Formats: sequence, structure tokens, C-alpha cells
Amino acid sequence: MLDSLFYFLACFSVIFAVGAVTSRNAVNAAMCFLLCLVGVSGIFALLEAYLLAVLLVLVYAGAVVALFLFIIMLLDMKRVSSWHFKGVSGLATVIGAGLLISGVVGIATRGKLESLPLADVPASGASLKAYGEALFTTYLLPLQVVGFLLLIAMLGVIVLSKKFTAEEVQ
Amino acid sequence: MITVGLNTCILLSVVLFAIGFFGVLLRKNTLVIYISLELMLVAAMLLLVAFSRYNGTLDGNIFVFFILTVAAAEVAVGLAIIVALFRQRVTIEVDQLNALKN
Repeated sequence: MLDSLFYFLACFSVIFAVGAVTSRNAVNAAMCFLLCLVGVSGIFALLEAYLLAVLLVLVYAGAVVALFLFIIMLLDMKRVSSWHFKGVSGLATVIGAGLLISGVVGIATRGKLESLPLADVPASGASLKAYGEALFTTYLLPLQVVGFLLLIAMLGVIVLSKKFTAEEVQ
Repeated sequence: MITVGLNTCILLSVVLFAIGFFGVLLRKNTLVIYISLELMLVAAMLLLVAFSRYNGTLDGNIFVFFILTVAAAEVAVGLAIIVALFRQRVTIEVDQLNALKN
């Protein structure tokens, strides 16, 4: 039952990822990306990372995609250029396609990563208490650094998007 | 409890990453390239969560937590740069942004 849900969500997210990458209209691309994120978040929930599933929807679907949509509307893009195949980028795409497809096929057919059935492995990402304990003991310094990074990003965005007058530049 | 193997999760993650990779290489609009980049980031997160779950450890999940935070900051700064670029050049097609050429 849950397995078929997993496969359904996997197909769902792959289909909408293709839609996000190929669609002509930027708003459609952002919406397809949103649905792809919902699928991935469902897979997170199936892998028993409930906090991350909620955070993915909140941060990505709630903030990032909304920001994308704001920018698309702000820039007022009527149409977006479609695919290009020429020159160096065409060659790079062909080489990259070959490498990636051989890698995917190799993983799919000859993957020998042994994994225990999930019933035998403790779901350590399922409890919020474990997250709190890890974040405030082992990962305390990265947590502080990330907080500082968010502050710097906020200041950077303000500086980037402010229009400076001639006197302020001096 | 799902009985899907680790290989299936890896395959899904690689497929999502490949789709994002093609988007970055083949599209010419900066915003769509950016969406494809985010797709690659999500694929990497999925891989971390899957490995973390199948090994019974928490560290992969914590890394995903940090990646989410950094991605949010990165998107904010990147989109501000795109808006600043659009103000200067009135286009965000990467073909036409060739001021450094020659």
C-alpha cells in the first residue's frame, strides 16, 4: 500500500520536474516546481522525516516559490525562450547526457548497496526531540553560523535592491 | 512502513538531478535556470534523507535542515541579483548578457 504511494509520488515528482524544466511559460515552470516539491515532501514523509517534510513545504513551497512568482510578475515576462542546441553548450549537453544516463542506468541495474529492510532500522528522524538535541549539542556552531548567514543574506538583499542616489554613493 | 529499497530512492534522486542538470544546460532564461538549480538541490536533499533513513542515523537529516536554510538565503540573494540585472539590462536571457565577451 505505502509502496504504491511511494511509486506514485516518485512518478508525480519526476513528471512535474520535467514540466518545470521544459515549460515555455515561467509561471507554469514555477507551479510545476511547486508540485514537484509536494511530491518530494511526501517521499520525505514516507521516509519518516516528518519535520523535514513540513519544512520543505513551508520553506520551499511557501517562501521560495512565492518569491519566484513575485519576481516573475515583477519582471513581467510574456514569453520565455525555449530550448537551444548549438555550439559548445550543445556538445556539453550531449556529453553530460551520456554520462548522466550511463550513471543512472548503472545505479538502476548494478546497484549493490545492501540495505536492511526499514522495519529493522530505527527511524531516528521521526522524533522532534532528537533534532533538538542534535542541533543544540553536536551542531551548535553550524546552527549559529547559519543564523548569522541569514542575517547577512537579508542585509545583502537590501543593499542589492536599494536604489542609491548620487550623494549616497559618495 | 515502506519496503522500497535504497536503490530506488537513489534512482529517483539521480533522475531528478539529471532533469535539473538538463534544465541548467539547455535553458536560456535565468529564472528557469534558477528553478532547475533548486531542483538539483532538492534531489541532493532527497538522497541525504534516504541514506540517513536507511542507515538509522540522524546526521543526514540535520544536513538537510542546514541545506534548507542556506537555500532560502541563496534564493533571496540570487533573485535580488536577477532583479538588479533586469534593471540594468532589461533582459535576463543569458544569450544577451554578453557584456564581458571580447
